[in-house]
Amino acid sequence: MSEPAVISDRRLERETAKRRQARRGQAIAAISTLVVLGGLTALVLTSPGWPTVRETFFSWSVFKDSFPEVLDAFWLDVKLFVAVEAAVLVVGLGIALLRTSRAAALFPLRLLAVVWVDLFRGVPVVLLVYLIGFGVPALYLQGLPTDPVVLGGIALGLCYSAYNAEVYRAGIRSIHRGQRDAALAVGLSEGQAMRHVILPQAVRRVAPPLLNDFISLQKDVALISILGPQEAFRVAQIVQGATFNYTPLIAAALLYLAVTVPLARLVERMGGPEGAAR
Amino acid sequence: MSADAARAPAAAAGTPVLEIRAVTKAFGERQVLGGIDLTVSEHRAVALIGASGSGKSTLLRCIDLLEEIDDGDVFLDGETITDPAVDPVAVRRRLGLVFQAYNLFPHLTALQNVVLGERRAHSFGRQEADERGRALLARFGLEGREDDRPDRLSGGQQQRVAIARAFAGRPRALLLDEVTSALDPELVGEVLEAVRDLKAAGMTMVIATHEMSFAREVADEVAFLHEGRILESGPPEQVLGAPRKPETQRFLRRLSHI
Repeated sequence: MSEPAVISDRRLERETAKRRQARRGQAIAAISTLVVLGGLTALVLTSPGWPTVRETFFSWSVFKDSFPEVLDAFWLDVKLFVAVEAAVLVVGLGIALLRTSRAAALFPLRLLAVVWVDLFRGVPVVLLVYLIGFGVPALYLQGLPTDPVVLGGIALGLCYSAYNAEVYRAGIRSIHRGQRDAALAVGLSEGQAMRHVILPQAVRRVAPPLLNDFISLQKDVALISILGPQEAFRVAQIVQGATFNYTPLIAAALLYLAVTVPLARLVERMGGPEGAAR
Repeated sequence: MSADAARAPAAAAGTPVLEIRAVTKAFGERQVLGGIDLTVSEHRAVALIGASGSGKSTLLRCIDLLEEIDDGDVFLDGETITDPAVDPVAVRRRLGLVFQAYNLFPHLTALQNVVLGERRAHSFGRQEADERGRALLARFGLEGREDDRPDRLSGGQQQRVAIARAFAGRPRALLLDEVTSALDPELVGEVLEAVRDLKAAGMTMVIATHEMSFAREVADEVAFLHEGRILESGPPEQVLGAPRKPETQRFLRRLSHI
């Protein structure tokens, strides 16, 4: 549009200075990283207990032997995580919609939704897993599941649906009132306004905190090990008990990280540009 | 819309579309509307003028049933719409409202904004709605912007999309709530042009506005609101040119000093 690149001296000067500053910044970052990480490594490696710790936590041979077994067990974690997350996303949304609705006929359900959230968000997850995992089978009722994986999944689902419901609800409430007004003004009913105007915006806005709860759930799946199922943490513990070596736990930790770290990066990417635009 | 009615002399103008009778509205302790009477006949445009907080927006929101009135009645085509038994959704489908802050749906494109009501509230098929929507956007000078999200449009363009959206449901009357107040001065003209176009097409309108010259040009009648009451109303040249009430005179004098 303007004339082809006639770069003034002043601009050149400025750019050289900026490059110099950038180089200096990188150098400082590199040096400080080296000092901090190097110092920490030296501290650990020179500690009196390090030779023992290296043998009991970071034994390569134990790692190699136990990893396939732990990985195998980890699939149970992944499957359970995916199933519970899918259920939780739907149930949480349902509870959030009930809590924000104003229809008189829904009053009992609305009350139930409030109790649901208060109860399952207010109790420690471990306790829920215990109560449901051991309590439900003790009823000896026909038709109720007795599989500890299913029961553990239900316990996690109850807790996380309560959390998710509150995230959704916060999203719905964050949409400006003018959006509802405009939706009603073009002739939509309250339900249509929610479905076509408010929810699509709300869900987009709360995607990062929802994913945050994903990550949390993915880790808490390990809690079902207390009911007996052989998932990654449990198997790692078994191997550890047999070998008197903690390396299998490190293997399990790495597997959890292999899922949670990519999820965390995804959260950041979603939060970034979208968040900045608002 | 009959062309004869549009040309009918002002005093004997067509049938009333909107009749507002003794409408009151309070927010808590604050009385916002203190007994409003106003009739808007077919093809006529009534401008509501008055200071901020005089009740213009509230009156428009009450007519579109976004607020519930405390007392009085509003009639649309002779039927009361403010009776609790009346379905507000059905009423709103017969009216159009344009907001001061546009209130476009940010997750939808310009075209989707315009056709949402047609498709969901008026049960048009997708193709027919899209065709009508495109034609409407073109009519308001937005050809080529159909697939842009609101954040890619200027304020003036956004408000024209909002006008197209309100007009798309073929309303019996259009309510315009200070549609140029949020705009940069150089964008006001294009939006007023859109309103002029609607007026020429015979649209029945209630226009809350701060643009006195525009009110004078487009409105058949000007009503001056002061503290929730219509203090004075009549033809624009009379209310704006030779106001009788001291409050109207003071209001207009203050405006001319800005």
